[in-house]
Amino acid sequence: MRLNEKYFNALMIAGLLALPLWAVVADQPFTITLVTRAVILALAAVGLNIILGIGGMVSFGHAVFFGIGGYAMGILAYHAQTYTALDLGPFSTDGTKSMPVIWLVAMILSGLVAFFIGLLSLRTSGVYFIMITLAFGQMFFYFAISWAQYGGEDGLSIYVRNDFPGLNTLAPIQFYGICFTLLCVVLFLFARLQASPFGLALNAARQTPTRVETVGLNPMRLKLLAFVLSGAITGLAGALFADLNRFVSPTMFSWQLSGELIVLIIIGGVGRLMGPVIGACVFVALEHFLGELTDFWHVYLGVVLLCIVLFGRGGLIGLLTGKEGVHV
Amino acid sequence: MTLLRIENLSASYGVSQALFGVDLEMAQGEVTALMGRNGMGKTTTVKAICRMIRSDGTLMLDGQDLHVLPSHKVARKGVGLVPEGRRCFADLTVRENLIAAARPGEWTLHRVTELFPRLGERFSQRAVSLSGGEQQMLAIGRALMTNPRLLILDEATEGLAPIVRQEIWAALHRLRQETNVAILLIDKSLKELAAVSDKAVILERGRTVWSGDITDLTPEISEKYVGV
Repeated sequence: MRLNEKYFNALMIAGLLALPLWAVVADQPFTITLVTRAVILALAAVGLNIILGIGGMVSFGHAVFFGIGGYAMGILAYHAQTYTALDLGPFSTDGTKSMPVIWLVAMILSGLVAFFIGLLSLRTSGVYFIMITLAFGQMFFYFAISWAQYGGEDGLSIYVRNDFPGLNTLAPIQFYGICFTLLCVVLFLFARLQASPFGLALNAARQTPTRVETVGLNPMRLKLLAFVLSGAITGLAGALFADLNRFVSPTMFSWQLSGELIVLIIIGGVGRLMGPVIGACVFVALEHFLGELTDFWHVYLGVVLLCIVLFGRGGLIGLLTGKEGVHV
Repeated sequence: MTLLRIENLSASYGVSQALFGVDLEMAQGEVTALMGRNGMGKTTTVKAICRMIRSDGTLMLDGQDLHVLPSHKVARKGVGLVPEGRRCFADLTVRENLIAAARPGEWTLHRVTELFPRLGERFSQRAVSLSGGEQQMLAIGRALMTNPRLLILDEATEGLAPIVRQEIWAALHRLRQETNVAILLIDKSLKELAAVSDKAVILERGRTVWSGDITDLTPEISEKYVGV
């Protein structure tokens, strides 16, 4: 039996609503934390899906933006909680504990860094693009390790979760509500973007870059804009992830995380609206349930990935709906 | 008024020179046939106009030097290309192919589907699933959606069934009659070219060897340089 993709997407959203509500009733706060983790990883992967799924760019350094979002949250919250000034040369600030402000800073910083990384890396393609993005990822990773002021290799702990007006963010279900809402907003924007002239042109640039130029579109500019949007969304996810754990560390910049983001998009379905969401749910479920049984749960993840790559080119959604995904 | 002016155009693929001196002039609304045997530089001339390869010489569109512009800016200046082999965006639907290329102007989805009703019937179908003729219509429609002043068609009817070729030639006649767009045509069908074109330019070994009104193209000249 083949599922209609729209129904499947609706089912996923309903599931993401029902499971935490059940956890509240059953008094299982850890389940809410697990689903929150899946939702945040899904958010980061939706950001990556813009360039991977629509634009066909395999970025192996997307953790850079996740880490920047995380550190933006960590540094602002650290200064706000320790009542120390954050000296930024011409001006200084006391930091902030306000989530919306932190998200805005995280997105702007990630977007700016994405702009500069994109400007250099998008001049290449294929394996060179992968290597350049990986190199940037490693640069930020080692910079974070050596940044002693903010914990260096040990990372930085934030003792109290940041504030959101009108909500108790320390209550798992309320923090989950924030993350779920942001995921829904970003999914809506992704769907609109994919069907917009910009999304279609980006898709066309993935298929035949030279032909796109003959219809008056600049593939470099299209890809750069997509890269910046993608980086900003992944940065937002990084800020939420740091708030979830109340901890930031250089591992948020690691190439393993970049790889995991790609893996969970492939599991769900590259270029699919809900591909990153189902991928993140499967990833977190495997990490939790298999992780309890063995430290080597990645082996089983590898088997799942292998089966999907070999037998379901459109990821799990492709298998369930019978539609092949995009060719990257 | 001259729209496109090419003088002594030369171009190379690496060390191998393909154009040695192409001259061509087109006015707004004029249809010109670019003719010559295989390998004489017709497609290379088109690539040079669209800035897809490096070239030297005079290459002016409406008084502006195209040599200083990248390929996408040439398209924005009003050069629409229907490339050899169609090259539609395979994963996009017909509608999406047209929207992706759309620029403001008189050519809209409605007008393109009026010109090619078949495209309207296949609106939600992916380009890869279209027949060769439909893909060709889509490639022409996509070029028109950029609202060009100069439309270049490189072997637009090659490999198509006679009935589809007729549809495409009919559409080109309509374009000629109803619009002011200049059309540069490359095609092997001399009879149809003669029916739709105002002028002809013949290339031989990367050089312009003959140009003039299509009515002045005698069977002897055509036999000598085009082989038909």
